[in-house]
Amino acid sequence: MIVIVDYGMGNLRSVSKALELLGGKVKVSSSPSEIESAGKLVLPGVGAFGDAVTELKTRSLCEPIRDFILRKKPFLGICLGLQLLFDSSEESPGIEGLGILKGTVRAFSSPGIKIPHMGWNRVEIMAPHPLTSGISEENFFYFVHSYYAAPDDPKMVCGRTQYGQETFPSILAAETLFAVQFHPEKSQNLGLQILSNFVRW
Amino acid sequence: MLTKRIIPCLDVKDGRVVKGIQFLNLKDAGDPVECAKGYDRQNADELVFLDITASHEKRKTMISVVEKVAESIYIPFTVGGGIQEISEIRELLKAGCDKISVNTAAIEAPSLIQKASRRFGSQCIVLAIDARSEKNGSWRVYSHGGRKVTDLEAVEWAKKGEKLGAGEILLTSMDRDGAQNGYDLELLRRVSESVRIPVIASGGAGNCEHFAEAFLNARADACLAASVFHFGALKIPEVKTYLRQKGIPVRL
Repeated sequence: MIVIVDYGMGNLRSVSKALELLGGKVKVSSSPSEIESAGKLVLPGVGAFGDAVTELKTRSLCEPIRDFILRKKPFLGICLGLQLLFDSSEESPGIEGLGILKGTVRAFSSPGIKIPHMGWNRVEIMAPHPLTSGISEENFFYFVHSYYAAPDDPKMVCGRTQYGQETFPSILAAETLFAVQFHPEKSQNLGLQILSNFVRW
Repeated sequence: MLTKRIIPCLDVKDGRVVKGIQFLNLKDAGDPVECAKGYDRQNADELVFLDITASHEKRKTMISVVEKVAESIYIPFTVGGGIQEISEIRELLKAGCDKISVNTAAIEAPSLIQKASRRFGSQCIVLAIDARSEKNGSWRVYSHGGRKVTDLEAVEWAKKGEKLGAGEILLTSMDRDGAQNGYDLELLRRVSESVRIPVIASGGAGNCEHFAEAFLNARADACLAASVFHFGALKIPEVKTYLRQKGIPVRL
């Protein structure tokens, strides 16, 4: 069973419908015990870092998510669901994230660029991974975010993307953890390819 | 590199797509889900649904349309038209759309932008501005689907919208709307250079060159069009191929 964490942030329907379409058995849940017993876990999300942490805490979901990842079970983080894995974010100073990954979540700082980084952009695949199987060089994924995560460990960066003068990590991977800054559920066929790889991972 | 977006806009009335000229002679143009799938196949970068149903009760019809569209296409889509309350925004987002555009309600109560962006994130609140040029070289904002003049100036209103938390501006030139003689480049450039959030050009697209000039000469981040796509005068891949030839980054 793939459990999608529902913590009151954003549109979960597209993620759940896509995973179902691709043959996954899916449950949208905000129950700590269901998250603990999930086979695979998806942490989606849009919105502000601080609000998301508050919503996760209100539902007592931080511990179960952390445990799930530390038990080395298949995990997919999407957009804010990637950023939440870090200790903190420039977006919400003083608010602690899940603290699973070391690094910083920072704002774009190139001059003259529009914020949010919104629209279709290319991901340069840095290292092969089962979840990027079938993704060619000529790819586009849909992004919408104003902050990005830079992990301390450069080996985690499995894909990167350029915006303005900055190149930022857009796919992170470590063992059974996989996280993307873009929205696979909004990225047509290539996004569905990644979700399909996750269903079969 | 971030690509420029091409966004078809569909008018929806009582759960059906309608086509008209200057808001008149509305004709049934099919099922929104089928139309959405058609644009998805053409590689539209996003879709906008404008709900032109008048009554509050009929919003339920739109919600079921949104649910079905969300199950059928995997590109971002926006819903706009008469949205006034946080609860309506929540319902529509829950049904599966990605962004909400607000217009008249935000003019009447600008705090709606602030409340909505705090609650759902800036990225899903689009401020739609309908503007008409004035003799003195500025642009006046109109509300109620262009029927009522306001005391707002378009560039200033866009800046205020950004400050209140809007994540994007959907800027329609009423002078150019439906005329197919090109976007209002001056308006577009002025607004785009005044805000740091993305700006979607709307009103006036008639041929491929119009899209190119909006991107090259007026710093648009996206171009929206309705009639040229609905009536089949242009296909999206044709527009994108043209833009790529002009050196504009697009997703083909």
